[in-house]
Amino acid sequence: MDISQKITEDLVAAGIGFVTTVPCKQLAGVIDAVERHPALHHVPSNKEDEGMGLCAGAWLGGTKPCIIMQNTALGVTINSLATLIQFYRMPLPMLISYRGELGEPIACQVEMAVHTKALLAQLHIPAYHFHHQADVEELPRILDYTFMCSKPVAVLTDATFWGGY
Amino acid sequence: MIRYDVLKEIAPILRPHLVVCNIGIPSQELHAIDDQPTNFYMLGTMGLASSIGLGLALAQDKTVIAIDGDGSVLTNLGTLPTIANNVADNYILLIVDNGSYGSTGDQPTYAGRKTSLAKMAEAAGCEHVVECAAEDTGRVLAEAIEARRMTVIVSKCESGNRKMPVITMDPVVIRDRFMKAVAG
Repeated sequence: MDISQKITEDLVAAGIGFVTTVPCKQLAGVIDAVERHPALHHVPSNKEDEGMGLCAGAWLGGTKPCIIMQNTALGVTINSLATLIQFYRMPLPMLISYRGELGEPIACQVEMAVHTKALLAQLHIPAYHFHHQADVEELPRILDYTFMCSKPVAVLTDATFWGGY
Repeated sequence: MIRYDVLKEIAPILRPHLVVCNIGIPSQELHAIDDQPTNFYMLGTMGLASSIGLGLALAQDKTVIAIDGDGSVLTNLGTLPTIANNVADNYILLIVDNGSYGSTGDQPTYAGRKTSLAKMAEAAGCEHVVECAAEDTGRVLAEAIEARRMTVIVSKCESGNRKMPVITMDPVVIRDRFMKAVAG
């Protein structure tokens, strides 16, 4: 199965019904698969903090949410993560393209890549780094873990994982 | 009329419905006027009331009223196209537009100057946008609930706040009782 399709099926198998996305080239396949999956309500966001508000609302309404975004936007979500998702203790799987890692052609992406894990650590957000394609096998357990502990949990997916740019 | 007067007048209309209320003094005022398990009070995260309300409306069938402010909508303007393009007929966005950042000292917002949030909502693609005087908010809100179609209401009121105690309820308690009310 195509990796984007596998990730999407894992989201559905975890009981997720609401997905919001802000595009990244690396995530294009997943976003496309999410849009086409009949079990997922896909609402594109204009900005990642807005997306976290949508996810919080979906969770309050009884639907498990997921946000798909790029790591460069982590900075704009810090207040939402701390004062909404964490303060009210809500689960939120964050599937994140980890731009600025090995193979990255755009220097500016590295500027946020060097802060990505540090910011997640500072926020006490569990973070998993998918580097090899086989790492995706852990996704179902990461999703179960997220809803078990009611925390935001980050899955960083780098260029090597996606097979280059 | 200031925001407090508007909230006091519409409280009986809000009571049977799910309400997501904006950060700061608006939540403090609503909490003091008519605390209900169906009220979700935002204790932080300026700007996201309309997004939380939309996500909630899309996830279940009960009527959702998001009470937002002009300053908060201005901080999350991307919400208007998202609302317009993801129609939930159980969703009402009530923007209490007093032309000022009420919780931070009544500094003027651009909505109190040249900017029309009603026109911005229309330009974003929202199909039912009603701008009204503060005195008419109850009637307009009741009509929107009755019509059961997604509506953005911009209620133009005066700047000002009532002195209210902060909400000391634990956020997890607010969230838990709200989710039970949603599911009930």
